[in-house]
Amino acid sequence: MSRSFDYLDHLEAQAIHILREVAGQFERPALLFSGGKDSITLVRLAEKAFRPGKFPFPLVHVDTGHNFPEVLAYRDQLAEKLGEQLIVRKVEDTIKRQGLTDGSGKFPTRNALQTYTLLELIEEFEFDACIGGARRDEEKARAKERIFSIRDEFGAWDPKRQRPELWDTYNGAIRKGENVRVFPISNWTELDVWQYIRREQIELPDIYFSHSRNCVVMPGGQLLAVTPHIRLDPEDVTAVRNVRFRTVGDATCTAAVESRASTIEDIIQDIITTKISERGATRLDDRLSEAAMEDRKKNGYF
Amino acid sequence: MNILKFITAGSVDDGKSTLIGRLLFDSKAVSHDILHTLEKQSRNKNAGDLDLSLLTDGLRAEREQGITIDVAYKYFNTSKRKFIIADAPGHVQYTRNMVTGASNADLAIILVDARQGIVEQTHRHSLIAALMGIPHILVAVNKMDLVGYDEQVFYKIALDYQKLAQKLGLQEVKIIPISAVVGDNVVNKSKNTPWYTGETLLQHLETVEISHDLPEDQARFQVQYVIRPGHDDYHDYRGYAGALRSGFFKKGDRVRVLPSGIETTLKAIEVHQKEVDEAFAPQPVVLHLADDIDVSRGDSLIRVEDAQPVVSQDIELEICWMSERPLKVGDRYLLRHNAAHTKAVVKEIHHRVDVHSFEPHAIDAIQLNDIARIKLRTARPLVFDAYRQNRASGGLILINETTFDTVAAGMLRELPREEPATTEFDI
Repeated sequence: MSRSFDYLDHLEAQAIHILREVAGQFERPALLFSGGKDSITLVRLAEKAFRPGKFPFPLVHVDTGHNFPEVLAYRDQLAEKLGEQLIVRKVEDTIKRQGLTDGSGKFPTRNALQTYTLLELIEEFEFDACIGGARRDEEKARAKERIFSIRDEFGAWDPKRQRPELWDTYNGAIRKGENVRVFPISNWTELDVWQYIRREQIELPDIYFSHSRNCVVMPGGQLLAVTPHIRLDPEDVTAVRNVRFRTVGDATCTAAVESRASTIEDIIQDIITTKISERGATRLDDRLSEAAMEDRKKNGYF
Repeated sequence: MNILKFITAGSVDDGKSTLIGRLLFDSKAVSHDILHTLEKQSRNKNAGDLDLSLLTDGLRAEREQGITIDVAYKYFNTSKRKFIIADAPGHVQYTRNMVTGASNADLAIILVDARQGIVEQTHRHSLIAALMGIPHILVAVNKMDLVGYDEQVFYKIALDYQKLAQKLGLQEVKIIPISAVVGDNVVNKSKNTPWYTGETLLQHLETVEISHDLPEDQARFQVQYVIRPGHDDYHDYRGYAGALRSGFFKKGDRVRVLPSGIETTLKAIEVHQKEVDEAFAPQPVVLHLADDIDVSRGDSLIRVEDAQPVVSQDIELEICWMSERPLKVGDRYLLRHNAAHTKAVVKEIHHRVDVHSFEPHAIDAIQLNDIARIKLRTARPLVFDAYRQNRASGGLILINETTFDTVAAGMLRELPREEPATTEFDI
């Protein structure tokens, strides 16, 4: 009898344990699904945790209206195939309902506005726990967040009030109005996620693989997909490049990287040899200040 | 390739963040853009050279004050292992963070400044490491460059630490002379310490044996969730989902459900929806029982032929107190022991442990950051092993009944012999 248990088994076991704790401790949890590789990984882990039963939570998508169409198609197909409930709420509607000011300028981001829709969702469905695919290796503020992260009624994270998190015993007890964000893959790195996707043979949206796309070449060399959501100016340089996306977020703030990687194996090689971190390569929104993520989290962001 | 989880503990200026920065930097786990930000920040602070400590100080207040407030997790790997570092702050007032990081650690790196030798903080950190049952200790005698790489200084500290380790009953200690700033004996062997022929710090991290840290003869399983699909294909399906906490189970094993005490047989074991003959800790599994009996979340399944756990409502434990509100006799708390939860009342406070002399002191109330021994009475019986024998089934947390904050880490002790192991419940 072989008892080999490698690091992916460990990470998987921890994530499954966390998902089952969510099911055991909360009455109305939800899994926040973005269509990105991290939330797709969460879905696979949920299958392992709860099949042949149904998921004890719906999949919830906050649609910014700036998503890549390939990702939305993937999302709908996956929910269909799983036979699980999918709840979609649009940032567009929140903007209208609450009279918010939409993002403007050249790359109008709705990243901060997502938070309003998420808080509306939490209120509408009375979710007490929202499971997300954030990882601690993504960013320095995330590196300090607990796996069960308590948020107040404004969704705000208070780094100084974090509960100590001991062993694998998770304290999900909350007061009325509070909710918990749960991060089962906190301890995974970008490379771990890809290696897991390879091992599990998980299907991904096409935009993760090399394809030719018309892009704006930013002064810093970053490539941003030309979509109806951004404003093209005469001085902009556009070019058709072979690109793929390392993260899948809004089309207005997620840059593509030049790559010929057309299989998961290629991507893993790409990551091993690449010298730029995931968020550094692809996110325009974290660069604004050194504490950008910390500030957004304090305001209720994931 | 497996995972080693380790914690780093040191006083404010022991160079802990620099050591982690050095490990990440020399093992090439730092990407270009992060290095670029680092250079920028180092200049902002007029710190001169690249300040490796900035790799770990994540929150704004930490950068502003040049200190670490909260546990930060960092990841890197070599060809031999994947590493998860919990970087715990060294300040006295943040003991709870070290306890948090230590609870999941296979190994603790305790930093000692070669110029200072063993100081109060070394005692505190070593005590916590012992209390939290960290199986492997690595004492890094840092800043060897500032004592001229003096062999005598190193051996004096090693000797002093040996005494400390014996007093605390630490299981395994390794001592290495390093300089995190220069890089001596961290990743690469140093020419500055020809008298030291042992492993470098990273070599030790890569090779320390951790596969026997949990007992193999204590099969422990706790139900986290009951899977009942309900639809026709799985009409009679009733699976108990949870993780094996220690030991192993085989199909056909006689098992005892605790605390009820009912015995049954393991009809089937599923791992990721495939039936298997055997499962081992820490695998996530779904178990199926031969008899239709009442089993719910928080209940334990124990292999009948293995060493049996304690089942009791009266428990004695070591705690680390993490709340500003003191703990007193008569106080009530919620108690969570893995997936089991119940209420508890404080029956007795034995003593507080002085973190410097390790001597017990009688007290009436337990204050923030105190380490103490207490007795509790619980509303439902707990099923557990002494923490010293089994870290996976001997730890619990106490939760404030109104704020729901986690206020204590508790390490269960073996009950005195005269009390029967299974008692006080109806079947």
